[in-house]
Amino acid sequence: MTGSAATAAPADALPVFGRVGAEAGREAVLAHLAEAARAVRRRDIQLVHEAGQGHIGGEFSVTDILVTLYMHVLNVSPERPDDPERDRLILSKGHAAAALYTVLAARGFIGVDELRSFVQPLSRLNGHPARTKIEAVEASTGPLGHGLPIAVGTAVAGRMDGSPRRTFVVLGDGELQEGSNWEALMTAGNRRLDRLVAVVDRNRLQQGARVADTNDLEPLADKARAFGWEVVEADGHDHGALVDAFAAVPAASGRPTMIVAHTDKGYPVSYMRDQVSWHHKVPTAQHVQIALDELGTT
Amino acid sequence: MTTALERPLHDCRDTWAATLVDLARHDPRIVAVVNDSVGSSKLTGFLDEFPDRLVNVGIAEQDMVGIGAGLANGGKIPFVSAAACFLTARALEQIKVDAAYSQYNVKLIGQSPGMAYGELGPTHHSIEDLAWLRAIPGLSVVVPADPRETEQVIRWAAAHTGPVFVRVSRMPVPDVMPADYEFVPGRAVLLREGSDVTIAATGTVVSRALEAAELAEAEGISVRLLAVPTIKPFDTDAIVRAARETRGIVTMEEATVVGGLGGAVAETVVRHQPAPVRTLGVPDEFAPTGSASWLLDHYGVSAEGALEACRDLLGRA
Repeated sequence: MTGSAATAAPADALPVFGRVGAEAGREAVLAHLAEAARAVRRRDIQLVHEAGQGHIGGEFSVTDILVTLYMHVLNVSPERPDDPERDRLILSKGHAAAALYTVLAARGFIGVDELRSFVQPLSRLNGHPARTKIEAVEASTGPLGHGLPIAVGTAVAGRMDGSPRRTFVVLGDGELQEGSNWEALMTAGNRRLDRLVAVVDRNRLQQGARVADTNDLEPLADKARAFGWEVVEADGHDHGALVDAFAAVPAASGRPTMIVAHTDKGYPVSYMRDQVSWHHKVPTAQHVQIALDELGTT
Repeated sequence: MTTALERPLHDCRDTWAATLVDLARHDPRIVAVVNDSVGSSKLTGFLDEFPDRLVNVGIAEQDMVGIGAGLANGGKIPFVSAAACFLTARALEQIKVDAAYSQYNVKLIGQSPGMAYGELGPTHHSIEDLAWLRAIPGLSVVVPADPRETEQVIRWAAAHTGPVFVRVSRMPVPDVMPADYEFVPGRAVLLREGSDVTIAATGTVVSRALEAAELAEAEGISVRLLAVPTIKPFDTDAIVRAARETRGIVTMEEATVVGGLGGAVAETVVRHQPAPVRTLGVPDEFAPTGSASWLLDHYGVSAEGALEACRDLLGRA
């Protein structure tokens, strides 16, 4: 069995990907996203193993969403991270920070080598993302229920400016138990913010138990519709489905869009998938090797 | 001579609102965010003139502060205006994380703070805000004393890049700052020179401190009077000098004695220049019902109360 030293070489081999838009053709887009998602997951699990910290289950559930956004959807550029007309992405489920950092490195916003500093003393890569430390992070998150209100404010600012820029916010499903989200859902619906997109990483699990067994969200889509949102449901691990869902935004004129992305915590790793215990369990070297074998290399 | 409490009284909300309208006329980035608080924030005129630049989220303070941060992300200069009790208590985590930790350029305007809603009871008193917000890094905490200072602080807040909390009082106050006054963040204002004892006061009770200094002078006590508009950043030097050059410091604030101006002064003298301190404010209890001025009198945050504390520090009690 290989230890962490043996996994160091592939860990540093994370390639940097560009954005591949629809003009490249669907096949090229999907191949690009598949390659990027695999590379991100391979690096992420090694990162969490080496750091001894992270939330790998929720990182793997949200990886395809983040990769699809950064590698295909978002109008953002590592050369101009402060462009006022950039699209905004706020990761409200800040505990998936390692996934975000790995995607940002894979997209060229931070250095690939810097990933090794994750949660180390004085690192910029906190256990939850900090806006003041990394320019590409739009808002510091960590406590749940903060991202959606901020996204609403960003979308309102864009409307005031008459700007075509879009705001995306990625939410955990358990996070929707926080009341602040429902304040913001109501505000966004009433204000008809159709350049606002909320993506719910619907992995059905929260830290301690299943969401349904804790404080159920269902019927989530109906609730969001009742708040004035258009709701699209998609397989959150199917890049084609995600690409189509994002391409259709706004799903209805005059309504914000909620994409309920059906995911599995820990996807696609066999021992981790849909397991509550993998919320913030740290993978051993053996876990890492199994995951790398299952993820494959090409 | 007209004593401090005989001067004409003003509602600082009128000054805040007029200043914001003027700022908005000259800077399209200025916007307002409220929680059904257009009237209580005196923003009816702003709404009439800039209907597209006021976001009323209704009764939803967490949403309100988060939206403020998002507007700042979008390049706006949001003034988030709500009753201080709800703004600071209900949305404290949003103030900590979305405004301060993210360092968004959000201006948090705590309306009718302290015991302005005295009769409504402790649910509507905002006497903990100074202690809570002073503990948050990167957040300026400012308490203007009169209309002149309120206008200057609002103008400074608009020009300053970074999160700011400002108390805006509805309790009528007289003019207390000099005609040539210029607000400087982090600097206390010497309103009276004095050699026996220092009174450090902030916000609405600066006028009461002035009255106390006048009463003290009549009985031969020389009071140095410092108005302290910025609780954070704090004028450590002025307090250290007062501790060194006078025989003790009396603090006065429309707030709990736990952790606000009194706390800041006590921490400062203990660290730099030990000196006796008497803190006047609301003791560690929920206040009874009553008007703001009655409550301040009740708790000795009054000219007489401050005079008594001065005598005590000088051993003349």
